Amino acid sequence: MTTAEGTLITAADLAGNGVAGDDPDARGRFGVFGGRFVPEALIPALDEVAKVYQEAKADVAFLREFDHLLRTYAGRPTTITEVRRFSEVAGGARVLLKREDLTHTGAHKINNVLGQALLTKRLGKTRVIAETGAGQHGVATATACALMGLECVIYMGEVDCERQALNVARMKLLGARVVPVGNGSRTLKDAINEAFRDWVTNVDNTHYLFGTVAGPHPFPEIVRDFARIIGVEARRQVLELTGRLPDAVTAAVGGGSNAIGIFHAFIGDEGVALHGYEAAGHGVESGRHALTLTEGSIGVLHGSRTYVLQDDEGQTIESHSISAGLDYPGVGPEHAWLKDSGRASYHGITDAEAMEAFSILARTEGIIPAIESAHALAGTMKLGRELGPEATILVNLSGRGDKDMGTAMKYFNL
Amino acid sequence: MTTLQTVFEKARADKRAALIGYLPAGFPTKDGAVAAATAMVEAGCDVIEIGLPYSDPLMDGPTIQDAVHRALLNGTRIADVLRTVEAVAKSGAAVLVMTYWNPIDRYGAERFARDLASAGGTGTITPDLTPEEAGPWREFSAAAGIDTVFLVAPSSPNERIKAVADCCTGFVYAASLMGVTGARASVSVAAEGLVKRSRAHTDLPVCVGLGVGTGAQAAEVAGYADGVIVGSAFIRRLLDAPDEASGLTAVRELASEMAAGVRS
Repeated sequence: MTTAEGTLITAADLAGNGVAGDDPDARGRFGVFGGRFVPEALIPALDEVAKVYQEAKADVAFLREFDHLLRTYAGRPTTITEVRRFSEVAGGARVLLKREDLTHTGAHKINNVLGQALLTKRLGKTRVIAETGAGQHGVATATACALMGLECVIYMGEVDCERQALNVARMKLLGARVVPVGNGSRTLKDAINEAFRDWVTNVDNTHYLFGTVAGPHPFPEIVRDFARIIGVEARRQVLELTGRLPDAVTAAVGGGSNAIGIFHAFIGDEGVALHGYEAAGHGVESGRHALTLTEGSIGVLHGSRTYVLQDDEGQTIESHSISAGLDYPGVGPEHAWLKDSGRASYHGITDAEAMEAFSILARTEGIIPAIESAHALAGTMKLGRELGPEATILVNLSGRGDKDMGTAMKYFNL
Repeated sequence: MTTLQTVFEKARADKRAALIGYLPAGFPTKDGAVAAATAMVEAGCDVIEIGLPYSDPLMDGPTIQDAVHRALLNGTRIADVLRTVEAVAKSGAAVLVMTYWNPIDRYGAERFARDLASAGGTGTITPDLTPEEAGPWREFSAAAGIDTVFLVAPSSPNERIKAVADCCTGFVYAASLMGVTGARASVSVAAEGLVKRSRAHTDLPVCVGLGVGTGAQAAEVAGYADGVIVGSAFIRRLLDAPDEASGLTAVRELASEMAAGVRS
């Protein structure tokens, strides 16, 4: 398969599509979503990150360095794989997987962290903090910090530390300090709170390497732009392989970075449907889910106006998912905008449906996906049955399942 | 209802700084919060900030996190916050609500401004609402006749200080340090400079919060600020007390110490 070999990442690859509402406005808003709801103390730091990012994006030397790292370190471009046996459970639709699981560290998160680690150096900062849920963003951040000689502190909820013990060990081995967060729900949202507290205290020398397309402006834009390469490559690869654009693009949605990463290059392609799959956990009725876009309401969480799981008085409701990476009661503001504008649609996938797809992909294709990505696969199975054998569906296989073997052993009694 | 304006006029006449105490509604209990805040007023607090407990207090340190968590476990709701404001206002202090933005947003900003005014509240402090996002809230507050207090920080460049101060009524809240709430061994040296820079952009009183925990620190801050804001130190007294009565005594003692501090 021919790919983008030899093509330098261009400023255009990091930019929007020129579609109205595609890039945030001056206040960092996508429609009514986004913005900045943070202590005033952090505003100068956010302004600085925004300014330095805009300069970096226009600097060929920066783009060349990012491109070089993506190719020689992260393993880009990642291939697309046509999965014929899996397609039998997806109504016979032609299913193409974008193999982010094959990147270094095993998930799409590496794209954003390499970009932001370069940005950290450009900001003249020496210390990086990050939050992590599944541990993938933490591992990726620790990896980039090891590579670039940056001090690294990762905040991780105690509950997540337990269910992703392997990733905690990986981060430590990579030289990061992992701080277990024991307050609130002891998961991702509390790790984010704690990271913000660190940032406001140490902002002089510290960059908050935000891991998803949520948070205050400019994080939703920066993280999207660095993840955007997924869709840029995939769009080209699908065209080369099939001679046309896919009928649908699917991805799992927690905070939403892998989904935005693959959706974004297709936003201007009207004929391409965009489907995001959130974690329905034990099911909508159970109340134990992470259906932020499909069941949540508009509010403010972690610095951004977006859909939130909250009660009638604005208190955050704890989310649940078998997948730590989707276990988050907020979502990126651009997804909120894509939902309300109708450009993308979002659906729920239960723990059971995701684990079924997890096992099916392993048995039919010899690929063990991350449980996060298994939500997109389960959604693709449903969508394929609706669309039928004529359809082509591009799936973001955002990560590999090695980190989930503990969960799988318990779930399947292996 | 006592207004912030009267408080600061009176303090100025007395040639002293105002003392502002913070306590979340519902902590240690719903009634306990009213009793503690009333004791704080009786012992010399001019203004009380009633905290609206929120699940994700990302600019608060462990002490306030702990108190707020307990308040939420106690089932504290916005109606309880308003009842607390009403009860504490009867003590003669000016009463503000300090809250993250989302609970107001969800409750309905216009409705909250109106209900707070009806409860006898004099205004709000909203630490995560920046000038860019504050437009509608300022209008609703003005219509309801309540003050809007916003924060400046040591990191704020002069143009941000001006933008924030232009949104404030009542006073400007100067965060003394870069960090979360909580008592510190010493008051940040950044505080005095920030107060000075703020005065260049506003005629409003400038009050200093974050990290003030002793009478001596209150005296130091009172040397250059119009008001001294104390939160975590009061909460710490309540958390450490073996029972409610001794908690009240400890809070009263601390308020007296602080009140002497702002008068020295």
